[in-house]
Amino acid sequence: MSVTLNINGTRREFDGDPDTPLLWVIRDDLGLTGTKYGCGIAQCGACTVHVDGQTLRSCSAPVSAVAGRQVTTIEGLASPAAKAVQKAWVALDVVQCGYCQSGQIMSATALLEKKPKPSDTDIDHAMAGNICRCATYQRIRAAIHAASAQLAG
Amino acid sequence: MHPLMNRFHTDEQRRLMALLGVTDSIAPTISRRVFLQSAGATGLAIGFGWLAPTGADAALSGAEGAATGPLAPNAFIRVGTDNLVTVICKHHEMGQGNTTGLATLVADELDADWSLVRTEYAPSDPKLYNNLAFGPLQGTGGSTAIANSFLQYRSAGATARGMLVMAAAEAWHVPASEIRTSKNTLTHASGRRATYGEMAVAASRQTPPDNPPLKSAARFTFIGKDRSTPRVDSPSKCNGTAMYTGDVKLPGLLTSVIAWPPGFGAKLVSFDATDAKNVKGVTDVVEVPEGVAVVATGTWAALQGRHALRVQWDESSSKDLDSDALLARYRAQAAQPGTPFTKPTTTSAASAVKTIEAVYEFPFLAHATMEPMNCVAWLHDGMLETWSGHQFPTLDHMFAAKAAGLPMDKVKLHTLVSGGSFGRRANGWSDFTVAAVNVAKAIGGRAPVRLQFSREDDTGAGLYRPMYVHAVKAGLDAQGGIALWQHTIVGQSILAGGPLADFIKDGIDPTSVEGVDKTVYDLPMLAGTLHSPTLAVRPLWWRSVGNTHTAYVMETMMDELAAAASRDPLAFRLALLGKSPRAAGVLKLAADKAGWGKPRRAGVAQGIAVHKSFDSFVAQVAEVSMRNGKVKVERVVCAVDCGVPVNPDVIRAQMEGCIGFALGALYYSEVELKAGRAAQRNFDTYRSLRIHEMPRVEVHIVPSTEKPTGVGEPGVPPLAPAVANAVAKLGGQRVRRLPFTRAGLVET
Repeated sequence: MSVTLNINGTRREFDGDPDTPLLWVIRDDLGLTGTKYGCGIAQCGACTVHVDGQTLRSCSAPVSAVAGRQVTTIEGLASPAAKAVQKAWVALDVVQCGYCQSGQIMSATALLEKKPKPSDTDIDHAMAGNICRCATYQRIRAAIHAASAQLAG
Repeated sequence: MHPLMNRFHTDEQRRLMALLGVTDSIAPTISRRVFLQSAGATGLAIGFGWLAPTGADAALSGAEGAATGPLAPNAFIRVGTDNLVTVICKHHEMGQGNTTGLATLVADELDADWSLVRTEYAPSDPKLYNNLAFGPLQGTGGSTAIANSFLQYRSAGATARGMLVMAAAEAWHVPASEIRTSKNTLTHASGRRATYGEMAVAASRQTPPDNPPLKSAARFTFIGKDRSTPRVDSPSKCNGTAMYTGDVKLPGLLTSVIAWPPGFGAKLVSFDATDAKNVKGVTDVVEVPEGVAVVATGTWAALQGRHALRVQWDESSSKDLDSDALLARYRAQAAQPGTPFTKPTTTSAASAVKTIEAVYEFPFLAHATMEPMNCVAWLHDGMLETWSGHQFPTLDHMFAAKAAGLPMDKVKLHTLVSGGSFGRRANGWSDFTVAAVNVAKAIGGRAPVRLQFSREDDTGAGLYRPMYVHAVKAGLDAQGGIALWQHTIVGQSILAGGPLADFIKDGIDPTSVEGVDKTVYDLPMLAGTLHSPTLAVRPLWWRSVGNTHTAYVMETMMDELAAAASRDPLAFRLALLGKSPRAAGVLKLAADKAGWGKPRRAGVAQGIAVHKSFDSFVAQVAEVSMRNGKVKVERVVCAVDCGVPVNPDVIRAQMEGCIGFALGALYYSEVELKAGRAAQRNFDTYRSLRIHEMPRVEVHIVPSTEKPTGVGEPGVPPLAPAVANAVAKLGGQRVRRLPFTRAGLVET
């Protein structure tokens, strides 16, 4: 049984085990390697993608669960909020090792798309599922506020 | 890696070579003979049946090796006719920002236009790219990247600039001294003007100047100029294009996971691969020295195959390995003096009128890099290629060659950025590299293969910051001065059993005692001794190494003594820092910026600590609140003296990162051994700091003309004692067993 996917606006067929976590379909089958593996149990957020605009930990969701839904990965980010987030991330040099940052940017973008002017508490709630072992959290927070200001401006 | 390698002498270099199976030089011609002998002796047979339609370099085009001259005056810089400057970075980027730092050094002396500067990572070549602090080894660690490269990379830039100027002088028939350079452009008062790209071919015909003059600090355009050189790796890490090991794409690439021993010292008895081989996508199930490898067309198939694999292990040798039992044993050992590591010059124990005795307990710690360990290995055409975060290329190169049974010149390493290391990717076993090579061998070199550790594999693999116990008896004389300091440390030697074991001198592994030994304080009475038990679990350095535990003991005991003497902790410390003005300097700066001594609102207290590590001095003031017995670190004020600050924003970022990394460990981190196995295997039980727990961090950098020193690690040691000192003020509890979860001070 094949699964029909919509990834970054493109229709793709997946013919393998429908229980395969979305993460491995994205990375191994579709070659979109910006989405990262960190824990496999939805604890770290490195694998975060958007499904119909909501964040999803792709390591723990079977590919069959997103059939017919709009999946966006870091490679497909295009919204004004996404561009503002990426711009703020670069302007503030948020990254260190960078491995978690695709997931951080996906979570931050989803937050700003829902809440263009998030409070620090909003940021805590939206970003607490994304671990950064380099602890770039202070800059992540500042970059979200900067992106928010840019979107408002 | 560790700065003690600074002390490499010729004899030590030779001993290291001998240990690694290399004789006189690590030149390929010598190595080839050595490694051919070992290959012949073991009768290794490697198949090369599979040849990719396109080579690996083509598949990875653009990732590395892209820079071309024509101006290539040395191993570190290329200037192209396209006017792009490429800096070849000998150090490994794992987040600490050294790629940006090395490019900054070249760009400054070259008078480059920063927007035209590109970077790439150097191949494995210890002759061209060795760490000058380590000797004949290419490697990154001990917070040495910028320190050892400071003159080398500036000189590389100055050489290229000199050749460009000479070429312009020749072309324009003017004296070289009249030519100005700025932003990749050569100009002369006559109006002549050329870009570096336009002059690159002519410059390549010039003889590189010997000892080109370097700028005085007053003329720096990038070095020390805040935000003048943004991180070169920011864009690719914000759009998903940065290439890590797991992202390597090669024709026919297979993925493997290994069924690793479930406990330390467990031995493989037998395995049944029937069900594993029935998993769609599994291509091979093969025994390797590490365990049983399941190879598949994709990661999920490999993981499913491993799940279906039936393996029998003999864990009889490790079933008694248990953290609680170990702690009891270490505590008993700590009550007895061990091998002395200090030579006290005063003994005034008799004058101690007030004494404090304390025992401190530190757990095993995993590095828990965001990117679990991995490596791609490809045996083809009589050679081996690997792709990984090779933090220590020279060791990885030697061990990979040895594992493959190939001479070193038939082994090519591709060093990629890594998703964190904190010490993990620099180890004397090259564990992830060797395991990948073993899998590649086991499938007969049929295809390139990526070895991926799962998070559980990674956390359970050992190579931990060892468990340590400290026992301290310290005392004050009638005037409130320190009269007694007896200090015994128990814990595994990190260096013992590895290729750097020769650095253990007179029974003392310096990484076990650094920070107590050679403390910044004037403590001539300090009598330190060490016990170094051995265990089946491999030890490893973990961001700031011995200072991870020694700073906690020294700096919390300092506060206890200050309290016993009824002195302010800052004043008490400053009185002991007469011989270390830089330590006193950061301490005063942090205290001043934090408003030390000023009243705080109820339920809030400040704690202070200072520590020297990797030749840098860092002081921190932690502002901590307590609610319902739970701790929250609200704010940390950090002062750092790392000599000439090359990239101030990178320094700030490293201090912020060190503080968050150290705070997460203080709160939560512990790997417990139970019946020989690691009890914590993933982020649900081996917890990490999250965004809502990150304090506000302010970093103040001391202006300095001293030589630059490290920043990747020195921000870690003072954090935990600063927080613990504040906690003691708030509730009176002196926390002597880490992490804080053990004392119920954080939510679990």
